[in-house]
Amino acid sequence: MSAITTSKTKAPVDNNGSLGSRVFDTLNVIVLIGLALITVLPLLYVLAGSFAGEAEISSRPFFLWPEKIVTDAYEYIFATDTFVRALVTTVIVTAVGTVVQLGLTFTMAYPLAKRYLPGRALVLNLVIFTLVFSGGMIPTYLVVRDLGLLDSYWALILPLAINPFYLIIIKSFFQELPQALEEAARIDGANEMGVFFKIVLPLSKPIIATFSLFYAVAIWNDYMSPLLYINDPNKWTLQILVRQLTNTDAANALAQMDRTWVPPEQGLKFAVVVIATLPILFFYPFLQKHFAKGVLIGSVKE
Amino acid sequence: MATDLAPPPEKAVTKAKRRRADQVPIRSALARYRWLYLMLLPGVAYFAIFKYLPMYGVTIAFQDFLPFLGYSGSPWVGFKHFEELFAGPDFGRLMFNTLFLALLHIVFVFPAPIIVALLLNELRINLLKRSVQSLIYIPHFLSWTIVASLTYILFAADFGLISGWIRELSGDTAKIDYMAQEEWFRPLIILQQLWKQTGWGTIIYLAALAGVDPNLYEAARMDGAGRFRQLWHVTLPAIRPTVVVMAILASGNLLDSGFEQIWLMTTSLNRSVADVFDTYVYYAGITQGAISYSTAVGLFKGVAGVILIFGSNWLAKRLGQRGLF
Repeated sequence: MSAITTSKTKAPVDNNGSLGSRVFDTLNVIVLIGLALITVLPLLYVLAGSFAGEAEISSRPFFLWPEKIVTDAYEYIFATDTFVRALVTTVIVTAVGTVVQLGLTFTMAYPLAKRYLPGRALVLNLVIFTLVFSGGMIPTYLVVRDLGLLDSYWALILPLAINPFYLIIIKSFFQELPQALEEAARIDGANEMGVFFKIVLPLSKPIIATFSLFYAVAIWNDYMSPLLYINDPNKWTLQILVRQLTNTDAANALAQMDRTWVPPEQGLKFAVVVIATLPILFFYPFLQKHFAKGVLIGSVKE
Repeated sequence: MATDLAPPPEKAVTKAKRRRADQVPIRSALARYRWLYLMLLPGVAYFAIFKYLPMYGVTIAFQDFLPFLGYSGSPWVGFKHFEELFAGPDFGRLMFNTLFLALLHIVFVFPAPIIVALLLNELRINLLKRSVQSLIYIPHFLSWTIVASLTYILFAADFGLISGWIRELSGDTAKIDYMAQEEWFRPLIILQQLWKQTGWGTIIYLAALAGVDPNLYEAARMDGAGRFRQLWHVTLPAIRPTVVVMAILASGNLLDSGFEQIWLMTTSLNRSVADVFDTYVYYAGITQGAISYSTAVGLFKGVAGVILIFGSNWLAKRLGQRGLF
């Protein structure tokens, strides 16, 4: 992270501070603050709107604080079986999926980091090839179907279990760990599994944090997998439900399915977007200091 | 990426005799490294099942696949499905829509993170720089479903915030449903991509900029270079290799429109401009059950992608750049 954020030395410093230079600096600050505002204002507006009444949403042009705070939309949502079920489902699938995917990726990355392992190059090349070419949506769908995973939550986890990019980044990270510690453990009689769990993983906490975030976010946000593999409405995930509720065509279909539900009004659309976004924004600050570093390990390394 | 690979297997074979002496026999390697191989096994199984089995599965593009006959029993039909695709009524429209979106992406979305990274790099107030970075990374982590829903909330005909503003500014009181208008499809797609990806895209360029030797700026200033000259002669050359690599990667994705985004923005009213190869595969294969045909469409897209990425890599090298592999 230090390379990116603490840039005291490398920003070009202009000693003479000419007028044109100062005008540029001012404009630059304005443009970048503008960009930051364009990024967050839609989110803040949705948050405010989710606590506002129906009338306010349609009458007031833009607000970040509702005139009168009402929680109707949230009360309504959490009284509905469909929504609560989708939320619980998504939380569980995300939690289990992250653990499974992290486990598979890290255990595969470790042997791939050992340059002396016979066959390693072949496996790595086969992994890299999947970045260039894939069988595509339909053949993958057929494999999932033939495995009997349709309408199973495992279909949301296993087909995406190892992200090849992450695998290669983690492998590069392992290669850069000091080998002396591993050697010492081996001399003490630990096998590779012991070295991995007792030495390597404790040294990998930052990168574990980073890729937990990436995998968790990917599962939480995944729309294509449930669309393809989950047909049973009782097994819908949050993203599918968000889509159903904010898409006018689909809202009526939902009403027919769940008798406690009337076609959603505007406030509900705001609230459901907030709930689907909130967990990500909640974890974001904790992990932010790690993630850029995680992304860069792979690219900086040669 | 993967610059540290061992020599490819072909070379190993030609040198087999010489290397036989110092190579470990397979059985003893298995015994010696059994824990490492054991750890490798689940991952290899994953790639075999979920990546390589589907690659074998593309053979059904050359069959009339019938589920009860399976991969081996279904009748072979050669290039029938490809002929159907290329001669069919949809191909021209799919190709046009896909390439048009790709062109808009290259013109508007690809340069955006480069420009923002350069602006951030010129920012002297570190606290402000960090804050802006933290905020503009956020949309990368939001799903396309959320982005589509935000678009709906902002652009809906009746209560949409921005559609309200447009009404007031233009004085035209007609309520326009932007999500259903053909001519608004592409602008909205590009706006979404800019909003979601620009901030995150700056990371890779900022890393390249962070690697620039400060002495170069010092030397340029000694030679009387102003800020613009420093940008032109020091900063831009420093990020050129990164731009080239990103361009090669982007060109491999030329026919990749991003399934989720397009699918979520497609309505029954804008299909004529919204249909691209990615979503067409879904409609043909999953909705209509044309398994072999849609696999052929996907295979066409995949092979074109491979050709594009190798082609642009070759081109980059011809132009004297370093290339990706």
